[in-house]
Amino acid sequence: MDNKKDNKMLKKNLILALIVILLAVAPLFLRKNAEFGGADDKAKEAISHIDTNYKPWFSPIWTPPSGEIASLLFALQAAIGAGFIGYYFGYAKGKKTIVKSEEI
Amino acid sequence: MKKKYQIALGIFLALLFMPKTTFAMHIMEGFLPPLWCISWGAASLPFIIVGMFSIKKKIEINLRIKMLMAMAGAFTFALSALKIPSVTGSCSHPTGIGLGAILFGPTVMCVIGVIVLIFQALLLAHGGLTTLGANTFSMSVVGGLVAYFTYKILKKMKVSQSVAIFTAAALGDIMTYVTTSFQLALAFPDKTGGFIASLMKFMGIFAVTQIPLAISEGILTVIVFNLLTAYSKEELIDLKVLSEEA
Repeated sequence: MDNKKDNKMLKKNLILALIVILLAVAPLFLRKNAEFGGADDKAKEAISHIDTNYKPWFSPIWTPPSGEIASLLFALQAAIGAGFIGYYFGYAKGKKTIVKSEEI
Repeated sequence: MKKKYQIALGIFLALLFMPKTTFAMHIMEGFLPPLWCISWGAASLPFIIVGMFSIKKKIEINLRIKMLMAMAGAFTFALSALKIPSVTGSCSHPTGIGLGAILFGPTVMCVIGVIVLIFQALLLAHGGLTTLGANTFSMSVVGGLVAYFTYKILKKMKVSQSVAIFTAAALGDIMTYVTTSFQLALAFPDKTGGFIASLMKFMGIFAVTQIPLAISEGILTVIVFNLLTAYSKEELIDLKVLSEEA
């Protein structure tokens, strides 16, 4: 009974996850020549377009020495976050199963 | 039903032909004049303080709420690390604030948002310490308030749970970047067109890129919420996000 409900939710969530993946992948194919930058260089451009005299008055205390290090840190951030989310739901599901079996 | 698809297709095509290569993220270090940095910081501070008290109060309900709050924090932490390509040809990242705001109210996420922003400013040179106040205001304060009240209003209107969650999270996400555009336009009004011209420019840059990402964030929030409804129903009832009989 409960299993059926779980399966239904799993199916629904998988479809939803698929949509998210499609939303992220589609731009790569739709705009083959785009840079997919996201970085500060373009931001600086836009601002200096409006105010040609503007000089940033503060710079980051520490900048990752390379793109590789930066992506390492970003990956770490995502992994810690995702890791805890996984832990939480494993814990919650396990607890629920125990409560269920004790009730019987 | 048919009409819905038509509208969706229309929006999709409109995005597709938007010929812009842009960026969309938090405001960079040093790129907001000092006066604005202080002002936005001052505007965010009360929300952070209220948030700290709010966290204390929610945690006192029971221990499981603490775990749930850590999970909401982890959600924000993970999502804001994911720079996702958008149809405008540049990348941006979701904020993940909506989930926590729906669960715990609008101010709790202000505290969690600040922690994430400080982490990114110190270790990743992403965002910045001087722009921390402005970024906190756009991401946590505005994002949180919009998500929370959108959810409340939609629930009052008896909209289905998933649709309410999706709309709240997506709207909170997009409003974050609309706020960022406002902040930049206020600090950098266009010489000839003034504030409005600048606003349009920054909106084109920030908000449009964010649209597909906001949709993604909405969907991801629904996924997590489905899981919560299945495995952590008691907590949701404790927090009065779900009513007893639901």
